[in-house]
Amino acid sequence: MGVEGIGASVVRKEDKRFITGKGRYVDDIKLQGMTHAQFVRSPHAHAKVKGIDSSAALKMPGVVAVLTGQQIVDDKVGNLICGWAVSSKDGTPMKMGAWPAMAPETVRFVGQAVAVVIAETKNQAKDAAEAVVVDYEELPAVANIRAAIAPGAAQLHPEAPGNVVYDWAIGDEAAVKDAFSKAANVVTLELTNNRLVPNAMEPRAAIAEYNDAEEHFTLYTTSQNPHVARLVLSAFYNIAPEHKLRVIAPDVGGGFGSKIFIYPEEMVALWASKKVNRPVKWTGDRTEAFLTDAHGRDHVSKAELAFDKDNKILGLRVKTHANFGAYMSLFSSSVPTYLYATLLSGQYNIPAIYAEVMGVYTNSSPVDAYRGAGRPEASFLIERLMETSARQLKVDPAELRRKNFITVFPHQTPVIMAYDTGDFNASLDAALKTVDYAGFPARQAKAKSEGKLRGIGFSCYIEACGIAPSKAVGSLGAGVGLWESAEVRVNPVGTIEILTGSHSHGQGHETTFAQLISERLGVPISQVQIVHGDTDKVQFGMGTYGSRSLAVGGSAIIKAMEKVEAKAKKIAAHQLEASEDDIVIENGEFKVTGTDKSIALPMVALAAYTAHNLPDGMEPGLKESAFYDPSNFTFPAGTYICEIEVDPGTGKTSFVNFVAADDFGRLINPMIVEGQVHGGLTQGIGQALLEGAVYDDSGQLVTASFMDYAMPRADDVPTYKLQHTTTLCPGNPLGVKGCGEAGAIGASAAVINAITNAIGNNKLEMPATPDRVWHAIHGQA
Amino acid sequence: MSTVKLTVNGRAVSAEVEDRTLLVHLLRDHLNLTGTHVGCDTSQCGACVVHVDGRAVKSCTMLVGQANGANVTTIEGISKGDELHPMQAAFRDNHGLQCGYCTPGMIMSAIDIVNRHGGQLDEATVRQELEGNICRCTGYHNIVKSVLDAAGRMKVSAAAE
Repeated sequence: MGVEGIGASVVRKEDKRFITGKGRYVDDIKLQGMTHAQFVRSPHAHAKVKGIDSSAALKMPGVVAVLTGQQIVDDKVGNLICGWAVSSKDGTPMKMGAWPAMAPETVRFVGQAVAVVIAETKNQAKDAAEAVVVDYEELPAVANIRAAIAPGAAQLHPEAPGNVVYDWAIGDEAAVKDAFSKAANVVTLELTNNRLVPNAMEPRAAIAEYNDAEEHFTLYTTSQNPHVARLVLSAFYNIAPEHKLRVIAPDVGGGFGSKIFIYPEEMVALWASKKVNRPVKWTGDRTEAFLTDAHGRDHVSKAELAFDKDNKILGLRVKTHANFGAYMSLFSSSVPTYLYATLLSGQYNIPAIYAEVMGVYTNSSPVDAYRGAGRPEASFLIERLMETSARQLKVDPAELRRKNFITVFPHQTPVIMAYDTGDFNASLDAALKTVDYAGFPARQAKAKSEGKLRGIGFSCYIEACGIAPSKAVGSLGAGVGLWESAEVRVNPVGTIEILTGSHSHGQGHETTFAQLISERLGVPISQVQIVHGDTDKVQFGMGTYGSRSLAVGGSAIIKAMEKVEAKAKKIAAHQLEASEDDIVIENGEFKVTGTDKSIALPMVALAAYTAHNLPDGMEPGLKESAFYDPSNFTFPAGTYICEIEVDPGTGKTSFVNFVAADDFGRLINPMIVEGQVHGGLTQGIGQALLEGAVYDDSGQLVTASFMDYAMPRADDVPTYKLQHTTTLCPGNPLGVKGCGEAGAIGASAAVINAITNAIGNNKLEMPATPDRVWHAIHGQA
Repeated sequence: MSTVKLTVNGRAVSAEVEDRTLLVHLLRDHLNLTGTHVGCDTSQCGACVVHVDGRAVKSCTMLVGQANGANVTTIEGISKGDELHPMQAAFRDNHGLQCGYCTPGMIMSAIDIVNRHGGQLDEATVRQELEGNICRCTGYHNIVKSVLDAAGRMKVSAAAE
C-alpha cells in the first residue's frame, strides 16, 4: 500500500472546514429575497380538520402567505409514497392510506402539518403560525400496537381495516412445525424492541428556489440521497420534471437513515416557492425533529427456538408486530420484512425458520429505517434468544453459539439470504481473548464481595449490507434499483475528480474514496477531489444508507477507474512508443516495464486533452463513468461482549468492558472504520440503556426534546476495545463489507444479556433504566 | 429594537436587533458566522457553544442584550491564520469528528474544559465535563481522546509563549 492508499489511517481531507467553522450546511445558506416557513402542526393525535382561519395571521407583520393542506391537494401535488410493495401472506397487496403533504381533512399524529406560514423572517413566521386558528374535532386515538389491534379500536385509514397494513410471512411453516415436534428443548422469549428517535444533530432543513423564467426549481436539502429525492419529487409528487429540478445536499450533519426519506416539508417548500415566487427556507427545530423525523424500531415479538438433545438448533419461529406510525414512510414496508426477517438466522445453522410480521398503523409519527433498519431488531431477537437458551439449557453461552455457528460458505439460510463468507469462530475467539473471559468468574466473585453484581453478555451479530442487487430487491417489491454510479474525470493538468452518487454526511467519503485512487495511481489524496450531493454535477446515484457506500459506490469508482486506466495506458504506450501490455502504473507515472522509460500522469492527461498525438481513432479526453450493481449483499459479522456492573442498591449500571470484534472484510481507512464502530455501538447502547420514544395513551409524544429523551452523553458510554478479523468479501472488487451499522445492530443485545446475567433475572425491557433494573432485582414492590 | 455593541473574534461589531434575538442568531444571521450551530431548543446539545469573556456559553441561551459590551469568540476566531488551535488539530488528528455539526461547540467547550482544569485532565473528568455537548456520530470515544491530546498540546504551547 502507498502511504495514503488502502489500509492507511490518514486524517480526513474534509475535517479542516468542519473544525474551523467553514462547513456549509443547509441552514447556513441564504438566498436573495429568501422567505421563511413555519408549519402549523396538529396538537392532536387524531382529529378532523373542520376549518382553518388564517385571517388574523395574514394581517401580521411580514406575512407573505398562509397556505393550507386543501390548497396543496387542489394543486395536485402528489401524496407521499411508500417505495417498496410488500404483500400479505394471502397475496393481497399492502393496505395503505393516503398521506398528503399537509392534511386537508384528517390529522393522524401529533405534529402533522395542516398549514404553513411564509413570512419575511423566521420569527415573523413563528408569530403568525401561532395566530392561525384551526378548528379540530378530536377523534379517538390508538397510540401503540396493542391499542391499534384491539377489538373496536379507532381506525386510522378506511383502506386498512383493523389498522393492519399487511400480515406477512417468510419461511416454511410446516418444516418449522415438524422441527418443534422433534425438539428435546424449546426456549421461548417475548421481547419488545423499543422505539427510537434518530436525532442527527443537524435538524432537517430545506431551501427551495423557483425561477419562473426557466420554470426551474433548486432545492437545498438535508438528504442522504439527493438523486432519489429528485426522482421521487418529479415522478410522484408532480413538483417538476427531473431536468427542471436540481437537488443539492451540501454538508449534512448526520443522517442515520432519517434523511433518506423525502418529507412533507421539502415538498411544501418547493410548492410554496412557486406560489410566492420567492425562495422559501424551512429549518426544523429539535421538537419538530422529534415529531416529524421518521422514528425507528418499535417491534413486539414472540420467538421460540427448538433444540435437539445435543443443543443443536432445529428451528426458529417468530411472530412480530411492527408499528408503522400513522403513514407508510418511503421504505417503511421493507424494514420489518426484508431487512429484518431475512436476518433471523443470525450466525447459526437453523434448518427451518418461519416468521410472521404484522405491520400496524398507530396515531404516532411514521416509522422507517434507522441505523441498521430491521437488522438490529433481528440481531437483538436472536441474540437474546441464544443467551436465554444457554441459561435455560445450562450451557456456556459462547459454546452454545459456537456449536451452532455456520462454518461452511457459501451458506443458504431458509430466509432468502446466501451468506458468502465469514469466520464466526475467529471473531468470537478474538472477543473472548480481549475481554479475558477465563478471568470473568474471579472478577465476578470479587465484585460480589464488594456488594456489586457483575455480568457478562454476548452478541454474535450478522447483517446484510451493500444494499443491494437490483434484480433481487426488484423481485421482492423494491421500486428502485440499488446500484451505484461513479465518474472519474482526469483533468488536463492531471488532478482527478471523482463524481459519486454516494453521499457523505459524516462517513468520510472525501478521504476514503480518494484513498482508492491513491492506491491505484500512486498520487497523493490531495490531488483527488470527491464531488457528491448535487444532481447537476453527478448524473445519478442511489445515495448512502445500508452501509453501502464503499461496497457499492466504491466498487463503481473502481469500475470507472479501470476504464480510465485502460485508456491512459494506451495513450502512454503511444507516447512512449511501447506496447500497451508493457505499461505499469507506479507513483503517478506510467512506466514501460523493464526500462527506464516513463511518462507522468499529468503528461498523459495533457496529451488526452490536447489530442495532438493520440493513437489513431481515439477520442480526446480522459473521463469515464460506470454503474455497479452488486451481485449479492455483503455480510459483516462479529462478536460483541459487554461486561457490566450493577449497583443493587440503585439499579445503576456501569460498564467494565465493551469489546467489539468485527469482520468488515478489507479496511480502506481503519481510523474511519473504527469511528463508525464507536458511533454505532453508542447508538446500540443508547437503545439498551437510555433511549425510548414514549407516547401516552392519547398519542402525545412525551419525549419530544433532549430534556425528556435520553441521548447518550460522554459519561454514559465506555472507551471501547476494538478488534478486527478479516474474511474478504468475494462479491465486490474491493473485498469490503461495510461498517456503518454494525455497532448499532450488535450492541444492544450484548448489554441486555450482560445486565440480565448480572441480576439473575432474564425479564428486562429496553431501555434498562436504573428504575427498571432495580425493579428487576427487587420485584415491583 | 435595540442597538448592541460587542467584540466578536477581535472585531468591534454593532447591530440593530429585535430584543428577543439570541446571541446565536446574531452570530449566524447578522454576522454570517455560521460555524456556530443550533442543534436543539432546550440548551441541551451544546452545538452553539462560544466563548463570552473567556468562558464557554451556550449562545442559544443568551439574549444579545446580555452580551452587550462582551468579548465573544467563536469557532471562526480561534486559529491564528493557517495555524490551527491545538484543540482543532487534536480533533482532526484523533478523528474526533464525523458529520462536523456538533464539532464547533465541542471544540469551544473542550478548550474551556482544559482552561478550567489547567491541563490536569483524566478520561473520567473529560467525560463528565462533556455532559453539555451531545454528539450522535462519534460515540465520544475519539472526542475524549482529542481533548486529552489537546490538553497536552495546550500545555506545551502555553509554556512556549
